Amino acid sequence: MSGNPCAVIGVGQTRYTTRRREVSIAGLVREAALRALEDADLTWKDIDAVVIGKAPDLFEGVMMPEAYLADALGAAGKPVMRVHTAGSVGGSTALVGASLIQGGVHDRVLVVAFEKQSESNATWALSTHLPFNASLVVGAGGYFAPHIREYIRRSGAPAHVGHLVAVKDRRNALRNPYAHLRIPGITVEMVESTPMLWEPIRYLDTCPSSDGACAMVLAAGHRLTGGTPAWVLGAAMRSEPISRADRDTVSPQAGKDCAADVYRQAGVTDPRREIDVAEVYVPFSWYEPMWLENLGFAAEGEGWKLTESGATALDGDIPWNPSGGVLSSNPIGASGMIRFAEAALQVRGMAGEHQVDGARRALGHAYGGGAQFFAMWMVGSDRP
Amino acid sequence: MRQVAVVAFAQTRHSADDEGLSEPEMILPVLDEVRERTGLRRFGFTCSGSCDYLAGAPFSFVSALDALGAWPPISESHVEMDAAWALYEAWVRLQHGDVDSALVYGFGKSSQGDLREIMTLQLDPYYLAPLGLDQVSFAALQAHAAGADRAALDGIVWRSRRDGRANPYALDLPDPEGEEPEVGPLRPYDIAPITDGAAAVVLAAGDLAWELCERPAWISGIAHRIEPHYLGMRDLARSASAADAARAAGVGKGHVDVAELHAQFSHEEIILREALELPDGTAVNPSGGPLAANPVMATGLIRIGEAARRILDGTAGRTVAHAASGPCLQHNLVTVMEGQS
Repeated sequence: MSGNPCAVIGVGQTRYTTRRREVSIAGLVREAALRALEDADLTWKDIDAVVIGKAPDLFEGVMMPEAYLADALGAAGKPVMRVHTAGSVGGSTALVGASLIQGGVHDRVLVVAFEKQSESNATWALSTHLPFNASLVVGAGGYFAPHIREYIRRSGAPAHVGHLVAVKDRRNALRNPYAHLRIPGITVEMVESTPMLWEPIRYLDTCPSSDGACAMVLAAGHRLTGGTPAWVLGAAMRSEPISRADRDTVSPQAGKDCAADVYRQAGVTDPRREIDVAEVYVPFSWYEPMWLENLGFAAEGEGWKLTESGATALDGDIPWNPSGGVLSSNPIGASGMIRFAEAALQVRGMAGEHQVDGARRALGHAYGGGAQFFAMWMVGSDRP
Repeated sequence: MRQVAVVAFAQTRHSADDEGLSEPEMILPVLDEVRERTGLRRFGFTCSGSCDYLAGAPFSFVSALDALGAWPPISESHVEMDAAWALYEAWVRLQHGDVDSALVYGFGKSSQGDLREIMTLQLDPYYLAPLGLDQVSFAALQAHAAGADRAALDGIVWRSRRDGRANPYALDLPDPEGEEPEVGPLRPYDIAPITDGAAAVVLAAGDLAWELCERPAWISGIAHRIEPHYLGMRDLARSASAADAARAAGVGKGHVDVAELHAQFSHEEIILREALELPDGTAVNPSGGPLAANPVMATGLIRIGEAARRILDGTAGRTVAHAASGPCLQHNLVTVMEGQS
């Protein structure tokens, strides 16, 4: 990994839910930030800079919200950055925060990502396109369903694999007090019986619309406070165009390259064996087997077999999304940061009932746009 | 800090009207120009700045990536801010020491909507935005608080428009004539014109900067600060955050030949001159500044580019660039650049 050592020393999340009517946007982000500060045993005055991320401003109808949120985040008198890399933004925001420390510019940075979807209509915001081309899809599911169908065609995966992921992640969510969807007794039959939204994505194969925020305090190696730190062992972003002949939207090259860069920095050569737990951006159930292959946990066409074998379950050999993942809580702009933060909680041993025993190395992953923007980090309990 | 310099800068010939180009079409020529000037096709890091609300649609930066031709995949990020902050993110990324070059670009077409109303949407959505105060009304409050002298404001506008006419990239605006106030005390010509445009900058670290150009514009200091959002919590006649950023960037550590200020209203130049403690001998906005061309989301980056250009071409030794964001100069970024022989 390049630059100065950086660690996560505080994590704060809000309860994810359909509507947080009792708080403003400012109240929501402040709640997460205060919890992260408390975890780090710090106060506002200890923070050198703030980095804010969220998905498109049209989701809430507030343009460049960092201007309005500066007060609520104790940022007056400090530098503030606003990151926007579509669905991967929560991860990218954490990476920009880490970069400020790795680059030696600051010692302690607060990163915050949020979405308050109840204040707007995200599916509408996801369906409009630039006035120069026609919108051919409705919502993110409309865009991703054809890529999932192509994955199924190529790999020959049986139809129930997606439902297995939906059930696994929702069961994990029952152990996470912040998770949005809580469906006791969820079964494959229950998922199968829900309406088809975008073939082959059924209602329970998809993520909810959530209000929520996530925050982290990142610190330079010589300025640690609070409990066990989660060291950043590798960090990378990669992007590729949405429109390009020969682009493989089932397993994008940018995702492979981003993972390879992170593994190289962290010294990982066999991700399935050397990574203890992964929080991966799976907004539609089928993206678990697809990303298992893209991230090098399984060979091409073999990802669905790992899912089917139970390897990615909480008690499997490579648990994926023990928090319940994006399928259980999806405040879009925050969803990537939640993956990064949950990875940090795992290696700090602070993941509560969804803790993976003895997790020492964890992957946080986010993607966005037309599966073209990627942000990932690997965190570990051992100082690099 | 690792030594990082601006080694190339390009901007569009900005337009006051929609010329029918899409954002990616607008970006392409400036990307080509900085690639040609540096000979670089691949960059260690890429970062852009833009704002979805100008296009009126989410994810407008996504199609810009298509213009970039990001293949094989690139290490890339985006700020929903003026691209001056994209340059800041790229500068930070170059401090890691593992990559040596960065491409930064910004773009905006404010001709596509009503900018004044659009900017209202960046206010606190519960208490301020519903009041319906538009961007110019807010600026007028600040102009009033600053108590700026009319002759001084007129002087700023005359100078900016004259310099803009000499700048092939800026708009060709006539000398202002006596007009009724737009929102008192601001007259229509005190307000930056609606402009479409884009800009690109290449940053390089250490030896690579020397390889790419004869006289790199070394960034000796760069810093930014934000202030409270609520106007009642600020002294509008001053810019505390610009002053703090200027001190952190080290503006006062030497003479300043040229300062490019992101003043979108004439009175902002007066406030910023004072905050940055610019000496009398400094040439302010010799490009014409935002009052001669204001492609929103690229304007701040253009200030950095214009200030760097004078070092690159040897006409200045030390320059300052300023970028602003938020209502009434809420957020300010200051960059100091120096040439070495």
